[in-house]
This record gives sequence, C-alpha cells and structure tokens, in this order.
Amino acid sequence: MFTEDDLLPISALQHLAFCERQAALIHLEGEWQENKLTVEGHGLHDKVHEDDAEVRNGVRLVRGLRVRSLEFGLVGAIDMLELTPVDSAEAGGVALPGLRGRFLPYIVEYKRGRPKLDHCDEIQLCAQALCLEEMLGASIAESAFFYGTPRRRHAVTLDMDLRAETGRLAVRLREIIDSGQTPPPEYAPRCQNCSLIDLCLPQAPRQEGSVSRYLKRTINEVTSEETA
Amino acid sequence: MKKLLNTLYVMTSGSYLSRQGETVVVRQDDEIKLQLPIHTLSAIMCFGQVSASAPLLGFCAARKVTVSFFSMSGRFMARMVGPVSGNVLLRKAQYRRADDQAFTADIARSFILAKIANCRTVLLRASRERIGDTVLAGAADDLKTHLLNLSEPIALDRIRGKEGDAARTYFSVFDRLITSQKEAFVFHERSRRPPLDNINALLSFVYTLLAHDVASALEGVGLDPAVGFLHRDRPGRPGLALDIMEELRPFTADRLVLSLINLRQIKAEGFEKTASGAVQMNDATRKIVLTEYQKKKQEEIRHPFLNEKVVVGLLPHIQAMLLARYLRGDLDGYPAFIFR
Ligand code: SF4
Repeated sequence: MFTEDDLLPISALQHLAFCERQAALIHLEGEWQENKLTVEGHGLHDKVHEDDAEVRNGVRLVRGLRVRSLEFGLVGAIDMLELTPVDSAEAGGVALPGLRGRFLPYIVEYKRGRPKLDHCDEIQLCAQALCLEEMLGASIAESAFFYGTPRRRHAVTLDMDLRAETGRLAVRLREIIDSGQTPPPEYAPRCQNCSLIDLCLPQAPRQEGSVSRYLKRTINEVTSEETA
Repeated sequence: MKKLLNTLYVMTSGSYLSRQGETVVVRQDDEIKLQLPIHTLSAIMCFGQVSASAPLLGFCAARKVTVSFFSMSGRFMARMVGPVSGNVLLRKAQYRRADDQAFTADIARSFILAKIANCRTVLLRASRERIGDTVLAGAADDLKTHLLNLSEPIALDRIRGKEGDAARTYFSVFDRLITSQKEAFVFHERSRRPPLDNINALLSFVYTLLAHDVASALEGVGLDPAVGFLHRDRPGRPGLALDIMEELRPFTADRLVLSLINLRQIKAEGFEKTASGAVQMNDATRKIVLTEYQKKKQEEIRHPFLNEKVVVGLLPHIQAMLLARYLRGDLDGYPAFIFR
C-alpha cells in the first residue's frame, strides 16, 4: 500500500507504455514540452471539466472526477463518469456518496481527433478504472473513449490481460522514479511522434568516447586546413 | 528538430504591448501597428522606451515566450520568464559539476577548443581571398598551436590563459578581414564598455543579441544561465551563457559583422561618436543589423556532431540541449560546435 504522498500520475503510465525514456524525462526530470497537440488537448479538457454534474436520459453525468489508488500508487482524473441507476447490488450497482440508490459506473475519456486507439490509451483507461474500483468498491468491466471527429464512442473491455499489463507498468514506473535514472534513448519510429524528440536527441551519437572522438576528429580536420 | 520561431523586436520609443486573445498587439500612439499570434513567437525583445501590460507578460510566460528589455544602446536590463522549469535534477547536476574541478576543466576545454578552431576558420576563409597575406596566415598558425596545446586535459587556469592568448591573436588581425569601407571601419582592439569605434559598437550589439538567444535557450532546457564552468560565478553575470557564446561567436556574430561591413549593408553615417568617445549606432543601422541577424538565423547548416541539417538560429538551443545531456550523463563529453 502506498501513501497519498507517493502517488504517481496515471498519465505517466501512458508515457511509459509509449517509451520509458519519455516517461522519465517528463515525470523524473520535469521536462514538458508543449507541442500543438498537447495544447489543443488542454483546451478540450478545460471544457470537459467545466460544469460538474447533469442528468441526461436518466443517466447522471459527473465530470472531472479525481481518483487515486493506494494499491497501485496512482492518481489522476476522469473526464466523465456516467452513472446509470440500477435496481440492485446484484446488477453491479454501487452506492455513491451523496446520492440515493445504486448506479452502474461507466468511464468516458475524451480524445481529440480521430479514433486511433493505441495500447497506451487503453492503459490509461484501465488505470482510471482501477482507481475508481478501489475508491467505490465497484467492479468495472468496460469503459470508453469519445472522439471529437467524428463524434464517436469506442468501448474498451477491461480484461485480465489489460489489468495485468497496467499493474506491471505501475511497478516499472515506480522502479524508474525511485532509481532517479533516465533510461538511454532508443531511436525508433515512435520517436517521430514524440513531443520530446528535440530534448531527448535520440539520434545523437552515444557510444562511449563518441564526444572525445568527435572533438579530436573535427579539430584535426580544421587544423589540417592549410593557410592559403 | 524544433521549429525556429520568430523573435519580435520592438524598437520604436513609446510602443505599448498588450494581449488580445491569442495575439500580441503592438500600439504606437493608440494605433495598432502590429498584431501577431503568440504561437509564431519565441521571444520579444524591447529596446528603449517600450512598455508592456501585465496580462501580456503573464500570457507570454505561460506560452514560454521570453520578454526582454534593453536600453536603446542594447544594454540588457531585464528578462521576464515564467516559473523556473521543473527540472531540479538537471540544475542540481549543473551546480554539482560546476564545483567539480576535473569536470569543469573538461567542459571548459571543449568551449575553448571550439572557439579557437572557429576563430581560425574565420581567418582562413578570409585569407582565401587574400592569397599571400602572411600576417593572417601567421595568426592562423598561432591559433593552430594553441589548439594543439589544448588537445590533452589541462588545468582550468591554463585553459583560460590559452583562451586569452588566442583572443589577442585573433583580434590583432581582425582589421585585415575588413575589405571595404576601410576608412570608416578600422579595428585596433576590442573595447566594450563602451565601444570606442564603429566595429566594436557593431560587435557589442550583435553579441548582445547572441547572449540573449543563448540565455533563453539555456533557460528553455532547464539550465541556469548564471552558473558557468569557464566563466566563474559572479553576481549578475550570465556565466553559462557566456561559456556557450565562446564557441558560437566567431561563426554567428563575427562573420555577420564582417559581411555587414564588407557587403556595404551598413555605412559610416549610421554611427555617431558621442562626446565621451563612445560610439553609438542610429536606429536605422540597428534595424539593418537585426534584419540581417534574423536572416542569418534561417540559414541551414549541417550540425557537425548530430550530423543533421539544422538552421543557425537553433544552434543555441541545440548546444544547450547537448550540454544538458552531458550533465545528465547521456553523453561522455560536451560536443561543442565546430564549423568547417
Ligand atoms: S524521442 Fe524517442 S527515445 Fe526519446 S523520449 Fe521520445 S520516443 Fe523516447
């Protein structure tokens, strides 16, 4: 069990699933390079978190919920939680603070752009669900992403494999943060989609001695250039 | 590679900067002179009597656009940046290493090797057009000797000594690199406070621009521009920015000054000697210098260490990045910029 002070952001898992170095650069070294995508992303979320509750077709919508898990050591927020009233606990309904009756919780996370679900997104959703399950004593079988263009929902089944993978990443994240060591870069196709590419310099020569070789070689070249 | 964004230079006295939505608005006499979307800018540099609203400053801080204020003559007064970059680990590594003799000497040697090599290349390029100039050739040979002396690790004070010798050699022949307008542009020695001739006035102004870009780049990657390796801490002095400038100066600043004079882009009339003997540039000349400096930033070169095409304007950022990576232990040394 972790304490509240130890919690790490859920977003770090997503970064970790993408690239361990990216996760370390952001969450260990405090680098954050806003690119266009992340700026737009914030705009969208601001709207989502604006008003906190409404009821639509009998389903209660709660926005911007903060969640955490002391078991996994994670903290984060959920864009929107849909609460469908159900009759009984047998139907999976949970009791909620401040509300009468029982509800079926369903997480909806907003995504900018077109449906292009990748594994990192599923990890994020699963981590949110794990937190919520711990806080509500609920069990959540499915959650969804909602895409801006076209406006569409995409459901994700929170199966055992996904849960195990999410838990494994949570452990690995803690190892990296505790070690204080940023893993070295590995140049891969994903780097082209990485907002930290020019901080990370994944293509810089990196073998032992490469800088002293570079200095020697360039100085040699420059000094061998003869005076006219 | 990161995109090179524009620097907005505000030179007209009485200009007022404010925010409107996602844009920066420049007013003169209550009239809107310019309106630019913030995402096209990386820095705003204000010269002389220019003021800015608090909301604009906050807006710029949030968007990582530095706003700096200079006196009309280009003396740096203040730079406004947002919250310190969150990277405490990097800064701690920087401070620790600035106190480590061997480490400091290693980085300082990189700076100075690159600086001398780059000075030599400037001399050689110029001497190509002046075949048989034995003075230039002799200076280039002296610089080569200094370079060879620096090929093995040596103590920091000896590095500083070599640096001083090399600078004297370089500036002793700098006048020979001026090939036109010789009457108006004569160079004897470097004078800074204040500059006592036209060339020194130009050099000082361009160095100010470069220093600003380097300091912003260092801050941008989370390093503290004040804590240097070659330049020891002195309150108010941007030691690390001066360190990185050493290697960039010959290529970016000196060559620009030479081409401004040699290509007759600026003229003697653009300079004025004040009663004290200090030389000042007029507004029109300053504008030309700024325009040409911006143009130079767009030029593409191949970065010798990364072996990647980059624009000159990103060199401060790239070198800051490489230094940060060395301090973090990603690289086995600091690959200073050496141009060929
Ligand atoms: S550039 Fe590549 S190696 Fe570096 S953090 Fe991004 S994905 Fe990872």
